[in-house]
Amino acid sequence: MKHVGEVKSSNYLLAKFENLIDWAVNSSRANSLWPMPFGTACCAIEFMATAASRFDFARFGMERQAFSPRQADVLICAGRLPFKLAPVIRRIFDQMPQPKWVISMGACASTGGVFDNYAMVQGIDTIVPVDVYVPGCPPRPEGLLYGILLLHKKIKGESLFDAVKRRDEQPLDDKGLRLAPETIDEISEPFGNSVHQFRSS
Amino acid sequence: MTSPIPGALRTEVARDGETIVYVARERLLDAMRWLKDTPGQDFDYLVDVTAVEFRDRERALQVVYFLRSLQRKVDVRVKVELPASDELAVDSVWSLWRGADWLEREVFDMFGVTFHGHPDLRRILMWETYAEGYPLRKSFPLRGRFSRAEQVRQALNINPEGNYSLEELSIAEAAGDLPDEMRDRLQRGERGVIPEPPPAAP
Repeated sequence: MKHVGEVKSSNYLLAKFENLIDWAVNSSRANSLWPMPFGTACCAIEFMATAASRFDFARFGMERQAFSPRQADVLICAGRLPFKLAPVIRRIFDQMPQPKWVISMGACASTGGVFDNYAMVQGIDTIVPVDVYVPGCPPRPEGLLYGILLLHKKIKGESLFDAVKRRDEQPLDDKGLRLAPETIDEISEPFGNSVHQFRSS
Repeated sequence: MTSPIPGALRTEVARDGETIVYVARERLLDAMRWLKDTPGQDFDYLVDVTAVEFRDRERALQVVYFLRSLQRKVDVRVKVELPASDELAVDSVWSLWRGADWLEREVFDMFGVTFHGHPDLRRILMWETYAEGYPLRKSFPLRGRFSRAEQVRQALNINPEGNYSLEELSIAEAAGDLPDEMRDRLQRGERGVIPEPPPAAP
């Protein structure tokens, strides 16, 4: 709570009003995230394990899973995203009210993973802005929990009064893209083992 | 060995003991009808339809039908070879087995084989405006023909509601739960037509 203010004595607290507001708002937001699960593959099984009693992300204020995007705060894409689902996840993201965050869970959601082929989106950050990437194939529940805690940290660094740190809508451009085409091509480049595969093979 | 199956060219026994029948393309429906309706054959269940492409100029593609007789508990495979010189087309067996509908659509989607007489031959796995070709063909590049940016652009410009079939729309209509624009489509009898994505910026 260092950013809030400085405790001079036990009787009063010195802080900027804006920081107090931010602290109150961000703590409320971070500790009551309502997840919108978008489970497409095996990561969704680990996601369910994270939600269930042994790991239980309700401990971090995610008690209520929102199966409607209109009452959700954080979109968790658990699994690979085929191109056919790209407009679907974009619409779900657009339907979520601000402030909203996105967790990309697993190697496939983050990069396309082993599916470097014609049917798969090479990282959901070409479709929606991503806040936290959780690596793993699939990530263990501890990994997802760590990602959620990182998101808490990120939320607590935001500010309502600072345009740089404030969350704003990120609409698609006139071509219907989120990023410039060159950027999409660049982040979709093959890497790792798939550089040894020819484009025509 | 002459086979009683009409249009049969030759018969083989696969390594797992199953019978494979090669049938002339023109007589596929005759052979299938015989296999389905002849007493003692009774192949009443079409398990799967798929295709095989060879890296061979002479024989382009084989369409493979897996049949099963549920009463007799026997299987048979029927294969049709499509010549490379001709259009990739074969008669649809939808009139014999209604289950062939989606199976043949999948072969059409992945291999580009046209099934004559199919009631609703359109893509089933890829979206209907998918313009890159037929993914399981040998000539198809693993990562598709377009750049990743173009693929993302085309994918994001699909209207997801355009994928609803007429059946799905009429179920929603029966529940009184259909937006006006879709009700119009239902009344026009349009099925699963997606508006073309806007042309790429130069």
